[in-house]
Amino acid sequence: MSDAITIRGVTKNYDEGSTKTLALDGVDLTVNRGEVTLLMGPSGSGKTTLLSIMGCILRPTSGQVLLGGKDVTSLREADLPAVRLRHIGFVFQGFNLFPTLSAGENVELSLGLKGVKGSEAKDEALRLLTLVGLAEKYNAFPADISGGQKQRVAIARAVAGSPEVILADEPTAALDSHTGKTIVEMMAKLAHHEDRAVVIVTHDNRLIDYADRIVRLEDGRIANAA
Amino acid sequence: MPPLARRNLFHDRIRLVVTLTGIAFSVVLMVVQWGLFEGFSSSTSGLIDHSHADLWIAAKNTAYLEQAIPFNERKYYQVLATPGVAKAIKYIVRWSIWKQPGGRAESVAIVGCDPDASIGAPFNLVAGDVQQLKQPNAIIIDRIYADKLDAHHIGDMVEINGYRAKVVGFTDGIRAFTTSPYVFTTFKRALDFTVIADDQTNFILVKAAPGIDVKQLKAELQRRLPDNAVFDTAEFSASTRHYWMFTTGAGIAVLMAAALGLIVGIAVVAQTIYATTMDHIREYGTLKAMGAPNSYVLGVIMQQAVIAATIGYIIGMAVSLFVVHGASKGGANILLSWQTAVGLFFLTLAMCTSAAVVSVKKILSLDPAIVFKG
Repeated sequence: MSDAITIRGVTKNYDEGSTKTLALDGVDLTVNRGEVTLLMGPSGSGKTTLLSIMGCILRPTSGQVLLGGKDVTSLREADLPAVRLRHIGFVFQGFNLFPTLSAGENVELSLGLKGVKGSEAKDEALRLLTLVGLAEKYNAFPADISGGQKQRVAIARAVAGSPEVILADEPTAALDSHTGKTIVEMMAKLAHHEDRAVVIVTHDNRLIDYADRIVRLEDGRIANAA
Repeated sequence: MPPLARRNLFHDRIRLVVTLTGIAFSVVLMVVQWGLFEGFSSSTSGLIDHSHADLWIAAKNTAYLEQAIPFNERKYYQVLATPGVAKAIKYIVRWSIWKQPGGRAESVAIVGCDPDASIGAPFNLVAGDVQQLKQPNAIIIDRIYADKLDAHHIGDMVEINGYRAKVVGFTDGIRAFTTSPYVFTTFKRALDFTVIADDQTNFILVKAAPGIDVKQLKAELQRRLPDNAVFDTAEFSASTRHYWMFTTGAGIAVLMAAALGLIVGIAVVAQTIYATTMDHIREYGTLKAMGAPNSYVLGVIMQQAVIAATIGYIIGMAVSLFVVHGASKGGANILLSWQTAVGLFFLTLAMCTSAAVVSVKKILSLDPAIVFKG
């Protein structure tokens, strides 16, 4: 099991006028490949901020973030999209599919950004949708499929191009319990069978059964890691 | 790559219709106003451009065709005596009063020419013959103005400045910029119609002999006629156009209306593309979070602008062709050349892409962390 993400002494301040909010306060954490890590904690504890920093969407105020052993905090802002594209797949609470593209095209778009185009992209998108059990929905538009199916398309999109890290923000929050269970099982498979690091921000205690590690955040600090 | 730009653009049909209507309206407005400008402009100098003369000699300080002050015809003989002159004619353009058979008066511009000369003669004849101007009291008018002058047939009799006149021919498409239609007649008869003394003329039109350098001939004539202005045809045409289009303000007004079309187009397209961008702002955030470079996201916005511009242009141009065709029957002179059509396409593209700049700025400043909010 190798380190996928290493967080060292990361703090994050938000400046809002004269008010400063300390969202993360000296967080140290290592996320391994082949594991499902849950980030839990009350609202405002810094879970999403930590996920954003892991995903190279936010830059920490101080501290270091290593992705696959490489320090990404020293990279220029303009270099971060390429890092995200190559190493990280995202799954969002609201699915964030492109409503004007079909399920297959949503996956194709992700592949296209990574340089896979044409029939190769179509074949790969179909393969990924088959993996999440939605091959027959290739031409269906997001408006015409259920919430669970949307999230499965989002997972197929996230794993397109084989990123080593999958970051999920409340992926089951908009789903019923049965569908949520299916989704989290799918994500656990990505970690255990495909050796990816899966990090899930959640309030949902039912996901605990699928976690290899649980990290609880409170007031921007890690309260405990189990 | 999936056609995200096209899909986003066509997704909201109502907004698309509004966008395309705005662009098409803008194109029609620009075509009509620019076409009017070109039409007006060409009508101000139509007589000069079709004169087949190389040089125009007028009174000193003459700036445009209708302004010319009569000068002594002795100059005409000086011109004829100048080496390199193949042909010279005396020529008049001057306003007069036309009285219809029913007694109603109209202002006209009398054009006195030489029916035997190859320069300065009426052109685009669709009825009658230039030689028939040699008949007593003969005149030729343009059929566009047949209703205005109440002269519809060859043989119709009217009165010009108290003299009888008989229509012996019709031209087609010789428009006057002013409200006074051109009436062609012989130089001698034009003197009567315009109350110019028998020993005077308005202009002398010159045809250079073959092989003669027109610039040198112009310089020589200017040297011999220091009290006159000598123009080559292109110069006099440009001077006349400039006077009517810019000195009088008529052209500026038309150009401003064309500019208004451009501004309306930019405003409509900017508003609709911005609204479309805002509708899809979360998707753009998702793209940025996924790692799409700004160039890709901006490409989507620009593609939308270019697609909208192209379709809007095609619709606008189709409508414009109907307008131009209808206007030609209704008496308005709207010129639409292929150069204008091509130029307008690129202008429409520029209009739509510049309208997308507001959206582009929004996207550039978009924080991809938006995807984690709610």
